[in-house]
Amino acid sequence: MKVTRRLGVATVALATVALALTGCSGKNDAGGKTSDASGRKFAVITHGSAGDAFWDVVKKGAEQAGKDLGASVSYQGSGKADEQANLINSAIGDKVNGIVVSMANPDALAEPIKRAIAAGIPVITINSGQAKSAELGALAHVGQDESVAGEGAGRKLAGAGVKKVLCVVHEAGNIGLEQRCGGARTGLGGEVVNLQVSISNIAEAQNTIASKLQADKSIDGVLALNPAIGVAAVDAVTKAGSSAKVATFDLSADVIDAVSAGKILFAVDQQQYLQGYLPIVMLNLYATNANTVGGGKPVYTGPGFVTKENAATVKDLAGKGTR
Amino acid sequence: MAKVATVPTDERLATTGLARRLLTRPELGAAVGAAAVFTFFALYTEQFATSTGVANMLDPAATLGIMAVAVALLMIGGEFDLSAGVTTASSALIVGMLATELGLNVWAALGVAILFGACVGLLNGILVVRTGLPSFIVTLGTFLMLQGLNLGITKLVTGTVQVRGLKTADGYASAHAVFASTWKIGGGEYRVTILWWLLATAVATWVLLRTRAGNWIFAVGGNATAARTVGVPAARTKILLFVTVSVTASIVGAMLLLRLTSVQANAGIGEEFQYIIAAVIGGCLLTGGYGSAIGAAIGALIFGMAKQGIVFAGWDSDWFQLFLGLLLVLATLLNLYVRRRAEAKK
Repeated sequence: MKVTRRLGVATVALATVALALTGCSGKNDAGGKTSDASGRKFAVITHGSAGDAFWDVVKKGAEQAGKDLGASVSYQGSGKADEQANLINSAIGDKVNGIVVSMANPDALAEPIKRAIAAGIPVITINSGQAKSAELGALAHVGQDESVAGEGAGRKLAGAGVKKVLCVVHEAGNIGLEQRCGGARTGLGGEVVNLQVSISNIAEAQNTIASKLQADKSIDGVLALNPAIGVAAVDAVTKAGSSAKVATFDLSADVIDAVSAGKILFAVDQQQYLQGYLPIVMLNLYATNANTVGGGKPVYTGPGFVTKENAATVKDLAGKGTR
Repeated sequence: MAKVATVPTDERLATTGLARRLLTRPELGAAVGAAAVFTFFALYTEQFATSTGVANMLDPAATLGIMAVAVALLMIGGEFDLSAGVTTASSALIVGMLATELGLNVWAALGVAILFGACVGLLNGILVVRTGLPSFIVTLGTFLMLQGLNLGITKLVTGTVQVRGLKTADGYASAHAVFASTWKIGGGEYRVTILWWLLATAVATWVLLRTRAGNWIFAVGGNATAARTVGVPAARTKILLFVTVSVTASIVGAMLLLRLTSVQANAGIGEEFQYIIAAVIGGCLLTGGYGSAIGAAIGALIFGMAKQGIVFAGWDSDWFQLFLGLLLVLATLLNLYVRRRAEAKK
């Protein structure tokens, strides 16, 4: 009986903690759902896992748009295709006024997206899945063409005299990343070697990159596809005693510092804040004024390049988590 | 939850008997936990207790539940399988590649995937039984090997990191109807997977409670040495349990593929712990020899409810895992508390 009583106490204590937490993350919290003066609500469902620096900026953009427009915006992300499909179904059940989806895996999401459109909910795709967007009946696609961006990065590396590039893929299963490496191959005109690492373990990724550089001395360029990996790659190059030049996709405060310091040659910026902000604006315009944007073509948010020249301008903004 | 039939007053003894029997079941606590989680979200959010909400929560619960039931059998038998999660992905990749690259009929490809699953289970089981190494270690090795195979072979065969385009394969339509079709009830789309989940739970419960094999499973999980000395084929029982888990994982993997028509090479990683957690919420002990298939199914239901409920509640997604973890610990504590109370009353 004593054990039972102690268990009861523990259960009550935990429940209190849980309730306190829901209290500080209640319905009108700036984090979870923004206030909804207009009564309109939009759901943003991405394939980014919680805690990913890139997707956190998208989340900020979407939530800021919600605040600016007085609409409620909920953001959810899952790296697993079946969970993402489930989240879309939940949004349909929630009867939202619009859904924003990143389609890293278009085949898996086709069914729920079509179901949303059939239920009269407009869908805008972002970031990945541009090729399938119109086919599925999405209102528009907001993002960056991965092949084009990769090509640009390849050309810029070739301009810096790089001959053989290591392209670091951090998310197995994401076709967009493979397209970036493919584009880099086209743009570079030299050899590009792919290396598979995991975004959920940066320390390990750094070691893998260092080992690869030590094993193959002819590599004179590293192209990272994520800012955290980009910073890790700088240290990996130092560790391996290599003289390879590092370039990266996407920004973070650390990446910009490294660009300013000349440790990273350049960063490809796809300005993902826009991928959160613009779709909410577009869905809101569609709801209030039946406007569509883009004329059936993707709305490009990038690529832009952050180099030593413009790094200072972007730095403050990146520190705030909006670049 | 099955309602206890109202019994005429002069048969009160019968109800006492039933109540006592219910109180001693391992899944009772899980049922109370499930009721608590359901009530909480039904009151807290408006969409949860609608047909759409129920369909959305049963969907992930069903897939998880089929696996949790198989894993529960293995855990009652005193072993772990950490390779079950990636085995689902391996199977989906095999079916996908055979059907899209070689033009094999989906059903034939499924047969190959099930054979592959049986081999994985045999490998796990024989290694555990022969070497005496903890299954935690053996299956962790299998898990890592399969993870590498999944990515390596997929890249080798397709040149990309995902297999897609199953829709055009032979036999897709019939396989989809059997394993991934949906039907509408009051606005919610319910998946056929839910029926498979119920079937798996029923079969596993029947095996555990009504057959000699079930007695063997409890015996080897409780005390393998003692079981062997009284003539229980401990090695065979354990190997068959591993095969059961891996074959179930193959079928579940194929179900996921038929639903999504594409599969990523990194799918299934991390799922194995969810199967184990669902089984534990359902009253399985980590040490073996105790547990129930119905409990594991209810554990999966709690998981599915928590996942969808958190989304409907609109809590900040940054905290999602924290809420999920808290809910699961609470459900398990409640489960334990109810069981202790029930045992004290006996």
